[in-house]
Amino acid sequence: MVKSRDLCRGIDRSDGFATLTLDLFSGSPNPNPCSYSRSAKRVRVSCASPAAAAAGENRSNLFDSLSEEVLFLILDRLESDPLDKKSFSLVCRSFYAAESRHRRALTPLRSGLLPAALARYPSVSRLDLSLCPSVTDAALASVGGALRSSLRSINLSRSRGFSYAGIESIAVNCAALVEINLSNATDLSDAAAAAIGRARNLEKLWLARCKMVTDMGIGCIAVGCQKLRLLCLKWCLGISDLGVGLVAVKCKRLRSLDLSFVPITEKCLPAVLQLPHLEDLALVGCLSIDDEGLMSVKQESKSLQVLDMSNCQHVNHTGFSSMLSKTPGLCQISLAYYCKVTHSLASSLQKLCNLQSIKLDGCEVTTSGLKTMANSCRSLGELSLSKCSGVTDEGLSFIVTKHKGLGKLDVTCCRNITDLSLASITSSCTSLANLSMESCILVSREGFRLIGQRCHLLEELDLTDNDLDDEGLRAISGCHNLCVLKIGICLKISDEGLIHVAKGCPNLQELDLYRSVGITDIGVMAIARGCPLLQIINLSYCTEVTDHSLRSLSKCSNLNTLEIRGCQVSSSGLAIIAVGCRKLTKLDIKKCYYVDDAGMLLLARFSQNLRQINLSYCSVTDVGLLALASVSCLQNMTILHSGGLTSNGLAAILVACGGLTKVKLHSSFKPLIPKPILEHVEARGCVFQWRDKPFQVELEPSEVWKQQSQEMHV
Amino acid sequence: MSSGSSRLSISAVVISSLLFVSLSILSSMAEATTKPDEAAVQIVYVERPEAEEPEAFHIRTLAAVLGSEEAAKDAVIYHYKHASSGFSAKLTQSQVEQLSKPNIFGKSHKGLIFVGLGSRVFFRLYLVGPTASMDPGQALLESWGCELTSQERNSDLPNCLKGFYGRSLSSDLMFCVKNSETANRLLEDLVLEKWFSTDSGAKMDFKLRRPLEASSNASSSMMSEISRNLKPGLPFIQCDSTNICYGARQEQSFSEFPPPQVIQSRGLYAREQKTETKSQLEPSSAVNDLVMDWNPRLMLSNLSFLEQKIHQVQDIVRSIISQEGRANELAAQQQLVTADLTYIIIQLISTAGTLLPNIKNALLSATPPVGQPGVMANLPVNASQKQHEVLPMELAKASEYDELIKDLNSGGEGDELIKCLNNSVAEVSESIPIEDHDIKDYDDGLDGENLPPGSYEVLQLEKEEILAPHTHFCLICGKGFKRDANLRMHMRGHGDEYKTPAALAKPSKEASSEPAIIRRYSCPFVGCKRNKEHKKFQPLKTILCVKNHYKRSHCDKSYTCSRCKTKKFSVIADLKTHEKHCGRDKWICSCGTTFSRKDKLFGHVALFQGHAPAIHMDDAKVSGTSDHAQVGETTNGMVANMGYNFSGNASDDAQSLDIKDVDDGQGYFSPMNFDACNFGGLDEFPRSAYDVSESPFSFLSTGTCSFIPRNSEN
Repeated sequence: MVKSRDLCRGIDRSDGFATLTLDLFSGSPNPNPCSYSRSAKRVRVSCASPAAAAAGENRSNLFDSLSEEVLFLILDRLESDPLDKKSFSLVCRSFYAAESRHRRALTPLRSGLLPAALARYPSVSRLDLSLCPSVTDAALASVGGALRSSLRSINLSRSRGFSYAGIESIAVNCAALVEINLSNATDLSDAAAAAIGRARNLEKLWLARCKMVTDMGIGCIAVGCQKLRLLCLKWCLGISDLGVGLVAVKCKRLRSLDLSFVPITEKCLPAVLQLPHLEDLALVGCLSIDDEGLMSVKQESKSLQVLDMSNCQHVNHTGFSSMLSKTPGLCQISLAYYCKVTHSLASSLQKLCNLQSIKLDGCEVTTSGLKTMANSCRSLGELSLSKCSGVTDEGLSFIVTKHKGLGKLDVTCCRNITDLSLASITSSCTSLANLSMESCILVSREGFRLIGQRCHLLEELDLTDNDLDDEGLRAISGCHNLCVLKIGICLKISDEGLIHVAKGCPNLQELDLYRSVGITDIGVMAIARGCPLLQIINLSYCTEVTDHSLRSLSKCSNLNTLEIRGCQVSSSGLAIIAVGCRKLTKLDIKKCYYVDDAGMLLLARFSQNLRQINLSYCSVTDVGLLALASVSCLQNMTILHSGGLTSNGLAAILVACGGLTKVKLHSSFKPLIPKPILEHVEARGCVFQWRDKPFQVELEPSEVWKQQSQEMHV
Repeated sequence: MSSGSSRLSISAVVISSLLFVSLSILSSMAEATTKPDEAAVQIVYVERPEAEEPEAFHIRTLAAVLGSEEAAKDAVIYHYKHASSGFSAKLTQSQVEQLSKPNIFGKSHKGLIFVGLGSRVFFRLYLVGPTASMDPGQALLESWGCELTSQERNSDLPNCLKGFYGRSLSSDLMFCVKNSETANRLLEDLVLEKWFSTDSGAKMDFKLRRPLEASSNASSSMMSEISRNLKPGLPFIQCDSTNICYGARQEQSFSEFPPPQVIQSRGLYAREQKTETKSQLEPSSAVNDLVMDWNPRLMLSNLSFLEQKIHQVQDIVRSIISQEGRANELAAQQQLVTADLTYIIIQLISTAGTLLPNIKNALLSATPPVGQPGVMANLPVNASQKQHEVLPMELAKASEYDELIKDLNSGGEGDELIKCLNNSVAEVSESIPIEDHDIKDYDDGLDGENLPPGSYEVLQLEKEEILAPHTHFCLICGKGFKRDANLRMHMRGHGDEYKTPAALAKPSKEASSEPAIIRRYSCPFVGCKRNKEHKKFQPLKTILCVKNHYKRSHCDKSYTCSRCKTKKFSVIADLKTHEKHCGRDKWICSCGTTFSRKDKLFGHVALFQGHAPAIHMDDAKVSGTSDHAQVGETTNGMVANMGYNFSGNASDDAQSLDIKDVDDGQGYFSPMNFDACNFGGLDEFPRSAYDVSESPFSFLSTGTCSFIPRNSEN
């Protein structure tokens, strides 16, 4: 019998394999039972065991001969795909048991599954209930009872239906609890906060949008959970300076504090800045903080590394400058919106020697400001100037030539930049990995050529709404590491360019072709062949795309998001996708007029992972819709203007789909669906959005659409 | 002066059911002109009855003297039920005497420290001799002896001494008992003659005195209020404000009273004198800024009283000369003489002080006020009996002192006395101009806090001024007003000449033409941070600040919240503020402490480890066992809360008592001496209650004098 230690070592050394073959039955003695290599895609492990040789009477024991250690090691490598683990556990009893003991993270779809899941997986440490729209106190109590010692993290960020009692049972019972996410629990009061305060070992706590929690509650948390390292109080409108001040006094280990949109003033900032380990501070949208307040704060924070002060309407460059002068250790700052990049602000950056990332989205930028900034900063790795007015070739060129290490650059909607900027960007920032230049309409073919020629490390490129043509696309295909490519609303591109991309970018995972109307089945087919790792594709309003495209895309087994609004696809194409792409979670088939019940039936049969679907304008009737009810994961559904739909059918599917969390329906249905049903579905945790959009018969041509949207811009 | 001609004089007799406390100086002065058999309006203060209606109680009290309830009802003019407890009635002197006799309201314990304030009884115990170094609690217990069980003896504080406050600065004992029962017992136990005999062989020597100033303090405001209600503009008001001050005034000297060491104490003695004389002068100057306040009748009675006093001193000194041998009594007599002399000096200076501004006015205006010649005429008549030096004030003082000191040759204290007297005389002339500023400075307090010392002028108002209910007085009828504008409105009723726009206009600020001097104020309480002598002196901005500060920090908290019955305030505005939110929206800490303001709670929580804000659980739904636990917790919290409240109150009291203690410190003239002299000063007044010749020996004056014997022991 092969020693399990050898097996372990074999599995251990192979870093990433795609296939593991456990050869338990070949009787031939193998001197090296574990054949492996570091980069092997397949690993073959032979178990030349005497038991196997003896064969026959109890075959099932062959699997039992594998020790749990081995199985755990194998399971460690199956994290990527949840379905693999399912298959693994179905091999035999011992595998099943091993898998139940191995699993650490659990993400149940419905709280109804919790009792069974908890019984099966006793050593779960991370429980993500964010998919369960409704979690009762009893469910939480059972969690607290079952995972008494193992539970370390629980996520209730999208759940409702529980009260402080449930939280308390978890906080009291699970001594090892380190993380709680209670975001969006808008009805939780101070009592719940007091219950959280009883979890003494808590290190991370998210309370985003807990609007009912007041200073008293946060005071209890501050006193009770003194080991907190991360605290997110985003949108906690009931909390004021006093509460935050107390947190800062009591929780000295805080590293990350999110105070975005909290009605605090500068009064609590001294205490916050005195936190000895604070690294990350978010003050987004703190409207009560103003220049004078910031200037009056005298405390410094040496440890602070990340500061986000976006959307602070009443803070101007003087306030920002004084704030920056108090935080010499900053690595990342975000001053998006309402910030004027002046000379003084830019020169205040000079003291920040560790600064690597600046986000100035939507700010007013001047060329001289940019130049000062370029001189003040040492070496920037990330710069975001999206939607900034006043970005010119001169300023941008100056800053990129100073900061050659730039890895990420965002110049979205900087409409004034031209090929000149791109020339300097591409020549100096050779390590650029991420470039967003949506709506940079002045950039021409030459610019794209330079990108393709010089930026070989580029991984993400956003060229949406650019003057891109096939020639440019061909040049860009020189970026062989490209993972994400967004070339929506590029009306000039065609299949020819896309074929180049398919050839040049084999790692492409996300492709956006929204309203790039020149694309046909040929181009899509090339992409599907050339880019097998494709996960997300958006073909909306590419009106030439038909079922053939879907047929070729069905080969991309990793595809999880497919948007084909307004394409000329039918049920058969959809069926092929459903069969081929089992991981499909998001599907948008709005205005695919030819999709009918047949497509739905097959979709429901095969795409069991589907979470989100948009069926507006489709020819789906009650039958097809009811079939969808068998997709247990389905959470998000939009159905507007579906001709064959009746209110009864709609009511039936609403009741049948137990996991629905969000449903968008036409408001005309609202009075037609019986109120008790609506109430019942809402009680399960579903939110209805009633829309009253007019029915659009025809698709307008893309040129017209673009014209209209640009007129809207102006 | 209409009131003067009415021949109605009011004397005040303060009576409590336990003890008779009289402000005899008041009554004696007011009585100076009334004949013994003539019925006059008397205000009688009695302790507020707890069980019965005040009116019935008053009638019952009075009926004991007048014979029948009908007679009592006829005699009573008014019942004081709110601001104070008492009644006014037309009584003859003999009836008053009877009323204040101890056999009606209990024993008359000579010199016992006792003040009835509400339901609490304050005692002060002076420890002399070996007990001075003992733990005060222990000393008290030992003195109490058999009354305590052994268990009580062992515990820190016997139950009956809940409000025991420890050793005061002058190594005395201050304590308070909360119910009158205990007080009675204390009286019976402690106030036996043996405690007062100055037996040198006795182990402990307890001297019990009555803190006159506390009672007069408390009653002065009441009285003035009452008198205003009853008869506005009676001479009694002046009497009140000038004389009551004596009691209230002296505390500065004692607050920094040194431990018994010869050199130090001598050095300080002179200083004390200074402050005292200064303060002594204060009330009179304040009063006399208003010309009409000068009362020749009052002056006359003052002087005749002084004369009597001097006779007494002469007697004592003579007796010292005659019985030189006994060292034991000599010390006591010396103290007595010192105390008496000090008192005489003070009295003289203050009497002179009443005249000084008048003289100034007279000089300035060339036409002297009508009253003044009268004074001049009156004075010699009265003084001629013995002290013809009185007329020229300064001279009078000096020569009088000389004479007295000559008599005192054997006393050994003469040198110091001369020094301090000289000092005090010097002070007189200095202090007056300073005080002149005070009255005018009402509009002030514009600047920030951080004035460098010396950039502003420091003014110090005196206690009487601060506590005076009125600062503006009608020149015609003497009615007092809080505001200048109200006075002007009032003046319209006195004639057309006061209705002119010029008369009604706000007094023009002449200061506006001059460069504005920044004025800041000092608290008259020595040792207070707001006192200019303090090292870290922080000036007060406005007179209002001074008033509020003084009342809050150095006065009794006499206003009790009607809702919670526990919170007490010395400023009525504070009470009103408190009553607005009393009982509502309490901020509670887990330790049980309640706060009326959230920031106070958070400050508390931030300060103490383990304390957390307590959440109201009313809104929490009751479900499951955990709830019960929580409810239990909160109720526990509430209980603890109560307990804490209690102790919190106690400490509050401790504070107020401390202050009182300091108040007590003025021991230059014991109340006994005071009384005795007073009564002695009026020949027609029968002196049955006190024996002048005995009192000086049985009551060593405290404070100043008490360290002298100790010195001699050393």
